[in-house]
Amino acid sequence: MGYINPLVYILFIFLYPINKEKGLLLIISFLLGLSIDFFSNSGGSNAAATLLIAYLRLPILHIIQNKTEFDYLLFDIKKLNFLQILVYIFSLTIIHHIIVFTLEYYKLQGVTQIALSSFLTSLLTTLLIGFSIALFVKNK
Amino acid sequence: MQQIISFLIKNKYFLLFLFLEIIAISLTIQSHSYHKSKFVNSANLITGSIYSNFNSVGNYFHLKEYNAQLAEENVRLKNIIAKNNNQESSKPFTKLDSLIYQQKYTFISAKVSRNDYTKSNNFLTLDRGRNDSIQEELGVITSRGIVGVTTNVSSKYTRVMSVLNENSRINARLINNTHFGTITWDGKDYNTLQFEDLPRQANIKLGDTIITGGKSTIFPEGILIGTINKFEIEDNKYKIINVYLFNDMSAIGHVNVIINLDKQEIRALENNNE
Repeated sequence: MGYINPLVYILFIFLYPINKEKGLLLIISFLLGLSIDFFSNSGGSNAAATLLIAYLRLPILHIIQNKTEFDYLLFDIKKLNFLQILVYIFSLTIIHHIIVFTLEYYKLQGVTQIALSSFLTSLLTTLLIGFSIALFVKNK
Repeated sequence: MQQIISFLIKNKYFLLFLFLEIIAISLTIQSHSYHKSKFVNSANLITGSIYSNFNSVGNYFHLKEYNAQLAEENVRLKNIIAKNNNQESSKPFTKLDSLIYQQKYTFISAKVSRNDYTKSNNFLTLDRGRNDSIQEELGVITSRGIVGVTTNVSSKYTRVMSVLNENSRINARLINNTHFGTITWDGKDYNTLQFEDLPRQANIKLGDTIITGGKSTIFPEGILIGTINKFEIEDNKYKIINVYLFNDMSAIGHVNVIINLDKQEIRALENNNE
């Protein structure tokens, strides 16, 4: 469509401490998505997508780190290497964007459009989230 | 019983996730059906007031543009008056009879506080609502042409379904003959709408002007829409007719909402026949 609107608000999912209550994260991310929906007239698509990546966050971290159990208390996103951070952010972002765009277009004829929009927007969102984490997460 | 409880506790996060996800998906599905998005929309008090506050600052930067639009509209209206005066002058004397004269439409001005045009279903938010006697299903226009139809109204704000919405259907016709069709949008380019259901016997050329047909109670006849910029014929039918909008949908400031004073009467009559 000629426009790319990055959805940087999902940065919240990456910054939410991993050792905190899991149920609370689900509820907060649902409300976060819903508040975005209120402003952008998009029904519940952002809420659905944000909730899904909040739920998938831990399983994906497990896969990336290649461990079945890891230390929740000591986990720090900056301790991952660059490639791991990139895969972590990009995989969650693209899942989120595919859900948002699918629910927004809401018909099968738009498959190429959905794929293209979600891929391009994910690139920009990943870039912006990467920068935000580099800038705002404190080095310990 | 114990097994059920232990199952619930074991899968409590998954169940919470499932529960919230079902709510979100059902809200989405509801928002895609034409009239039902009652809950999540930008016409409620909180989102509406935030948007209109943002907009009150932004509006100063567009004053020049709005002035130019007003001047343009003035010229158009003066031309219409000039045309009518010529016809009137040939008659010896006309007396205005208040019984014959009847007002059919009234216009309310409103400011757009939010405007989408990049999605596949676009909406606008206006800073007027039920308190300013706006209802659902009223036409919204600018001096250059149609904008959309109101769908949700709160006390102070209104959500308008833009013509750039896949659910939008507006009755339209050619300016130089009375064949009519429907204006829709395919979700691709925000400057181009599609003109459908036009019978083959209507001859069209590139550059023909499309106006509203007045076959519904929403828009009066003769509101500008756009000009034909591309059409294809297949099997002796019009396959695609693209209409380039007069309005720049990406820059809409002030709009008029049209209230049809005869709407209830027309509705009552039509319902009687069914």
